[in-house]
Amino acid sequence: MRLHGTHIKLTERSLYSVDVKMSVELDVFVGNTTIMDKEVYQLWLNGYTVNDAVKVRIEGGVMEECEASAEVLLSDTMDQYRTFQMCERLLHHPAKLANQLLFQIPPDRQAMLIERYYAFDDSFVREVLGKKLSKGTKKDLDDVSIKTGITLKSCRRQFDNFKRVFKVVEELKGPLVENIRQHFLLPDQLARDYAAIVFFANHRFETGKKKLQYLTFQDFAFCAGQLINNWTVGAVDNMMEDMDVDLDKEFLQDLKDLKILITDKDLLDQHKNLVCTALRGKTNVFNEMEANFKNLSRGLVNIAAKLINAKDVRDFFIDLVEKFIEPCRSDKLTSIDVNLYLTHYTNSAHILDTFKHHAVWTRYMGVIKSCILRMYHD
Amino acid sequence: MPGRLKAKIVAGRHLPVMDRASDLTDAFVEVKFGNTTFKTDVYPKSLNPQWNSEWFKFEVDDEDLQDEPLQITVLDHDTYSANDAIGKVYIDIDPLLCSEAATVISGWLPIYDTIHGIRGEINVLVKVDLFNDLNRFRQSSCGVKFFCTTSIPRCYRAIMVHGFVEELVVNEDPEYQWIDRIRTPRASNEARQRLIFLMSGELQRKIGLKVLEMGGNAVVGYLQCFDLEGESGLVVRAIGTACTLEKMSTFPATATHPNNSSPSKDMKDSPQAAPSTLGCRSTHSSPVHSASSRLSQGFSISVPTLLFSGMKPRHRSSEAPRARQCRPGFGEEAPGVPLSSGPPTPLRAQTFSSFSPSKSYSRQSSSSDTELSLTPKTGMGSGGSAGKEAGPLKALLKQQTQSALEQREYPFFTLTIFPPGFLLHVGGVVSARSVKLLDRIHNPDEPETRDAWWEEIRQEIKSHAKALGCHAVVGYSESTSICEEVCILSASGTAAILSSRFMQDGPLDTEHRLSQQPLCVFSAGSERVEGDMGSSASLGFEEVVSPGCGFCHIPYDELNIPFPAQLTYCYCCRRYKVPDVLFTTIDLPTEANVTGKGCLIQARLCRTKKKAQGEGNAMAISNLLPFLEYELHTQLMNKLKLRGMNALFGLRIQISVGETMLLGLASATGVYLTALPSPGGIQIAGKTPSDITYEQHISNMQKKINDTITKNKEQYEINPPEVVEEIIGSPIPEPRQRSRLFRSHSESSDEVSEIDLSHGKKDAFVLEIDDTDAVEDIHALLTDSPTPAGFYSCNTEIMPGIQNWTSAIQMFTSVRVFRLNANLTNQGLNKIFSDLCENLLKSLYFKLRSMVPCCLCHLNFTVAIPEDELIQVAVTAVAMSFDKEQTLENGKRSGEKTLIKAITENDEQLQFNLELNAETSSPNPLGSPKGLSEVGSHPSARAPSVDYSSFADRCSSWIEQLKLKAHTIRRGSVKTTSSMEKASPLPEGRSRSLRSNRSYSGSSVAVVKMTPLSFIPGAKIIKYLGIINMFFIRETSSLREEGGVSGFLHTFIAEVFAMVRAHVAALGGNAVVSYSMKECVFMENPNKNQAQCLINVSGDAVIFVRESELELTSVQPQSATTQTSNGGEGT
Repeated sequence: MRLHGTHIKLTERSLYSVDVKMSVELDVFVGNTTIMDKEVYQLWLNGYTVNDAVKVRIEGGVMEECEASAEVLLSDTMDQYRTFQMCERLLHHPAKLANQLLFQIPPDRQAMLIERYYAFDDSFVREVLGKKLSKGTKKDLDDVSIKTGITLKSCRRQFDNFKRVFKVVEELKGPLVENIRQHFLLPDQLARDYAAIVFFANHRFETGKKKLQYLTFQDFAFCAGQLINNWTVGAVDNMMEDMDVDLDKEFLQDLKDLKILITDKDLLDQHKNLVCTALRGKTNVFNEMEANFKNLSRGLVNIAAKLINAKDVRDFFIDLVEKFIEPCRSDKLTSIDVNLYLTHYTNSAHILDTFKHHAVWTRYMGVIKSCILRMYHD
Repeated sequence: MPGRLKAKIVAGRHLPVMDRASDLTDAFVEVKFGNTTFKTDVYPKSLNPQWNSEWFKFEVDDEDLQDEPLQITVLDHDTYSANDAIGKVYIDIDPLLCSEAATVISGWLPIYDTIHGIRGEINVLVKVDLFNDLNRFRQSSCGVKFFCTTSIPRCYRAIMVHGFVEELVVNEDPEYQWIDRIRTPRASNEARQRLIFLMSGELQRKIGLKVLEMGGNAVVGYLQCFDLEGESGLVVRAIGTACTLEKMSTFPATATHPNNSSPSKDMKDSPQAAPSTLGCRSTHSSPVHSASSRLSQGFSISVPTLLFSGMKPRHRSSEAPRARQCRPGFGEEAPGVPLSSGPPTPLRAQTFSSFSPSKSYSRQSSSSDTELSLTPKTGMGSGGSAGKEAGPLKALLKQQTQSALEQREYPFFTLTIFPPGFLLHVGGVVSARSVKLLDRIHNPDEPETRDAWWEEIRQEIKSHAKALGCHAVVGYSESTSICEEVCILSASGTAAILSSRFMQDGPLDTEHRLSQQPLCVFSAGSERVEGDMGSSASLGFEEVVSPGCGFCHIPYDELNIPFPAQLTYCYCCRRYKVPDVLFTTIDLPTEANVTGKGCLIQARLCRTKKKAQGEGNAMAISNLLPFLEYELHTQLMNKLKLRGMNALFGLRIQISVGETMLLGLASATGVYLTALPSPGGIQIAGKTPSDITYEQHISNMQKKINDTITKNKEQYEINPPEVVEEIIGSPIPEPRQRSRLFRSHSESSDEVSEIDLSHGKKDAFVLEIDDTDAVEDIHALLTDSPTPAGFYSCNTEIMPGIQNWTSAIQMFTSVRVFRLNANLTNQGLNKIFSDLCENLLKSLYFKLRSMVPCCLCHLNFTVAIPEDELIQVAVTAVAMSFDKEQTLENGKRSGEKTLIKAITENDEQLQFNLELNAETSSPNPLGSPKGLSEVGSHPSARAPSVDYSSFADRCSSWIEQLKLKAHTIRRGSVKTTSSMEKASPLPEGRSRSLRSNRSYSGSSVAVVKMTPLSFIPGAKIIKYLGIINMFFIRETSSLREEGGVSGFLHTFIAEVFAMVRAHVAALGGNAVVSYSMKECVFMENPNKNQAQCLINVSGDAVIFVRESELELTSVQPQSATTQTSNGGEGT
């Protein structure tokens, strides 16, 4: 078992002293059914030392509840920590937990152990989202720890979880979320979140820029979900050999064809007219929309056209913010306005006579629209 | 060639990476039995190899089948260097040799390495084809069933109980052989593991032979132990009770009813009825055969006094006169004194110690036996008592030698729970200890010395039992404690009189016992109980003895009491004499009338000792032992009184020897037996009454003690019917205890009489404070912290007063090692030792808080002194939840306001009671009357029951019984079930517990339950698959990396559990009952970063079925009843 530093050292000569006259040298409790306290488990996951965990527990009032002494709590906490450490190896391969013989853990407990082990802090994931899950990043975790207030141990566990999931699904075929769920026995939502993390790590999406700070992990996870479901190879063809970590290259290639919407002057004007006609009288910010139409349209279509370059894929979110969200925000558009605008913007393109790339447009704008709407908040 | 063993290696999984380069393993398997080895192909580059081998067939003698384990070794193939061993699996194939046990071993078994622990799993299939061998001189004993369970196993009935079987085998310990210097630790450990496997197999086979000789087919209460004697060798010894068991195919409870209830007139035929024993004497001096016939001889004598003859003077005379005194002769510090003066009151619990250091190296051969074996008594050194003893002793010996049979056999039973009607009377605890110096065993084939040692001790136990007017010893066990070359051998049991009924063919039905599970929380209205029960019992006996109190009646002659006891008339039947306190090593008889709940009581003691060598050391220990025992008894007695209780069950006294100290730990479950008188309070007496502040101090302390007693009585719901004598006209003409009070009461001296005692109107137990020690003692007495709310604890199988178990059980083992950091006085040590036991208990309560309300059952403490200044305490127990509702109700009941409710309930139950009684006749459902009697604590409620209690009524009751019995037959037992339902208003209702059964949510197949108890709550054991007896060694030279000593041991214990579970599952079982960890030897050398641990565990692999599932299928009405009661007992 490789130690990640999440392991406490219990190797001192004596575990604790009861008083001057006597010290406890060895203290072990093993149940036929492994006893695990959820609260202590959480403290362990949070990277608390035994002593800190005892303090937290004392403050939690468990002592009064159970007529216990601090010594009893210490003994219990150490015992549990040891149990968790022994289990950790299994938690790295959750499927093993179910068919290992060492610990007899009821299935519901197993599920709890796994779910909590793979749970992560949104504030932590926000820091590493889109970064390469490399040793270098891991070295920087102490900064992340300081910044987020999450213990380094906990940071490392979460980071290692990301990395482990990434490594495993990287080589698997088939739907990403399903792979994660099956391989790590995670509940659906958590599996989706991991899919997002893997997806972001794979494409190294830029999420750390100041302009993107206002976005939460859940915002990104939502967008990732959209991308995975619509823009990857798996999205169109489940039978495909490739998996859906990678974007559909063909589609990205096709996106370049959308450029006609901004390069063809007629088409651009036509598009603008159609949208404005549809919007007129339906919104208070019609004037701003009309004034900004060409600007916004250029922004969106340029993003599409650039996606074929991996480097520009990384800037996808920052581009969305700079090219679309910020202008809209400065025009004080509400999200209803944005919704209205994007709906008509998307639909009107289909009416254009000379515009032929309806399928690509729909596939592109569907994702763009839901991403922008999700990201359009303070 | 009477057997063919077949093994097939299917697959492996989770194998460790053996090849760093490829991160994979090229595994193959060697299958070895005896001297034959087979190999599988190499399965290259996989951590989950699929060998799917052919069947490897071994054609072997059944003797080998019994002795040898099947050894499976998993290796990593290496082209260039030697193949690396991944690990081994030892498979005990004994369960396959018995037709009624398992038929195949199949499943995933952990691959174990003594250095690395579990390294993956291997899937194997093992079968045995056994050819019948009718050769009567055969050396094998295939087919004899072994049970660790110390009662008749649940799905069997005893046709006959033959008696005691014992055997021991010795060998050199591989760890101490010269070759150990040149081989690896792994090789050494494996040699040791294998040797112990072989020795256990051999031992079991030899015991099996003895059983066959006796005409039995099974051993129950099989207790096997290892003595790691270091340089002098390795001893594996076992004791057990030979029985003839019959499997109950369905649930033939009905069938056995008549048997049980029919008067066993042919009781006296028993000697003849017993199978004639074959003359073939097996190996060495084993005194077992023909036990049955001899036993029955003894049993046909119904008046215990006949056994008495010359015995008494020898034993008790010296200690008798002073025993009741509070602090007898603490002034006179002569080494012999404590023994001769005895503990204050546990008279029946008296232990006798014999120490014969001088003898141990004289190397007498066992043939010169008996005289010598008893002479150690004189080694005591206490001139007075020894002299007195010597004379009658010799006389006894002569008497004994006359009948050779009597000589050689031991009427011992390792059982602790008995079929109803088996245990007639209980005398008290008998025990013997002896200190020996170990010497190398020169000839392993003739372990005469060790045999002679045990023989000596057993003889002594036997004579102690006789002194108590008893012809048998039940709940018998043996143990040792070894430190360097000194070994303390101990044996203890409970002197008892047994019914001869079960020595011949009167099938016992264990299910009866179940159906009798005591619902007795409180038997205040014992009059009634007795009325019903006495009569029901009378169906089976000439003598009317109530099962609820009969066992308490003294077996010895009242006029010739072997020691001064305070006898009173039984508080249940008022016809027979009972002692004031009863100590036993057995479980609480299920039919016993108990008031309130019980609790774990421990006496803990530490004594420093000078470092010494050889003879001097043995002598010093010998001299210390009596003090130790005396003080342990004093403590037990004090603590018992402090809890307002009057009897101890499951008493186990463990004495551990170290280089510089002796540890004594006595554990027992205290209860309030309704039949016994209420214990007096504890009274403190100061020596210098003139000093006012001193008196103040004393009265403060007295108050504290009184408060504690009151509190305890409340907590354990002990509300004995103090008014009983006044209300109920005594049918017995004789005046009762009041008149005989002063006879044995010397302590009501003037100086104490001034202090008012709120407890116990009559006899208070006086603690005299004459020095600081005593003050400390009292403090110690009061420091036992009460069990937290929602918890109960006991070291017996079940807790009186709790029946409604849920199916939630949690078996656990906890080990702690403490280092004493300072030089300490005896007092300091005592306090520390006591504290650490208390703290350990507290930790357990805390750990298990989620199971509240729950009871820690079978709390088994084992103490050891692994090295200087280290104390190791290991605890194995099971926590069982019970139904909360009932507890609440209990609490309510103890409240005052339930009077009216009680009365109505009473009426209801009265009816029910009669009905029930009528229907179940002989195995009478104690529960209901007891539940009833609960109510009886209110005078008004009790009133109607007086009739039943009257003596006259009982006399005529047998007629009634006959009528009732007729009823039973007419009505059929379907009704019984319904009446059980009706019983739901009962405080400890059974139907309720059933309901909780149903709420049990199914668990997956892979789960294997483990419990030290002989049953699983809410479930029925349908098959015993064989004994599990495993021995493991684990060693590490990277202690720090494995998480230090705690991490190391934690992993190891978890691994042992895992291996036990896996082997049980492979046998097709889903639980281990009567599980125990018999050995846990832990050694460390932190400087070298090393540690080693040996663990020996045992238990019975079983298949159980949830009662809820059973119910669906069971059509037989009677079985429904059985289940119901089962539920009552074990849910």
